[in-house]
Amino acid sequence: MKAKVYVTLKNSIADPQGNAIRGALNKKGYKNVEDVRIGKLIEIDLGDISKEAAEKQLNEMCEKLLANTVIEKYEFEII
Amino acid sequence: MKFGIIVFPGSNCDIDCYHILKDVLKKDVDYVWHDVDNLDKYDCIVIPGGFSYGDYLRCGAVAQFSKAMEQVKLHAEKGKLVIGICNGFQILTEAGLLPGALVRNKNLKFICDTVSLQVENNSTPFTNLCKVGQIIDIPIAHGEGNYVVDEEILEKMKANNQIMFTYKDNPNGSLLNIAGVCNENKNVIGMMPHPERAGEALLGNSDGLVIFESIINYFEGGAKNE
Repeated sequence: MKAKVYVTLKNSIADPQGNAIRGALNKKGYKNVEDVRIGKLIEIDLGDISKEAAEKQLNEMCEKLLANTVIEKYEFEII
Repeated sequence: MKFGIIVFPGSNCDIDCYHILKDVLKKDVDYVWHDVDNLDKYDCIVIPGGFSYGDYLRCGAVAQFSKAMEQVKLHAEKGKLVIGICNGFQILTEAGLLPGALVRNKNLKFICDTVSLQVENNSTPFTNLCKVGQIIDIPIAHGEGNYVVDEEILEKMKANNQIMFTYKDNPNGSLLNIAGVCNENKNVIGMMPHPERAGEALLGNSDGLVIFESIINYFEGGAKNE
């Protein structure tokens, strides 16, 4: 069972890295780009477990380690 | 009284902390490797700066799963003292022992500088020898020192006087210029600046000594704090 976990900053947290990239894209000619936010993609191979077990584990993993829920939100997809 | 300095793989400010406590202040101090079962013999735990676990995933994120941090949580629950410096502050927020989080500096740069800090609260074991409003000049060296915390929690922190130090000239975009905070019980403190790098007049700056001296005063001095 494999999953992709997306960890992104909560909307209330400023993202200076994203702003810097937006600036770079604007300078490269993409003047229409209004906002950029940088996040993380984590690919996990959960081994041989059921979809239900995978979802339960992924929620736990995200809450405990993969995301800092003070500043980040997460979503995942089982692939 | 006995100090214990936790050393994680990647910690690198443990030696300066040890030097200040052992050689300058002549106190009983141990290095404590992170694989420790028991912290009972220590009165004050120091979590030093550095890049524990390579800052993998997030600064301080991995340390919370070490035996040492399990023991630090128990130690803190007993009301004993913990001071986290720089990466130590990051570890304490990730472990849930202090509120909020430290994110990337606003200008994206790693900053090495000496900054002026204002002492906001002198009724803690860590600042009892300071005056409120006192300015101390302390070195900083960090890329992720920008303190953030939820509005609601911030209001509680203000009401409970948990903001310990603020920057006179905010180097990293930190909310309300916060450089250091303590927990509700005032026995756990985290600060981004490095007081252990300002511990000897001979090396140019001893402004940081007062924090360690306050801790010693709390244990050994005449008047314990109310």
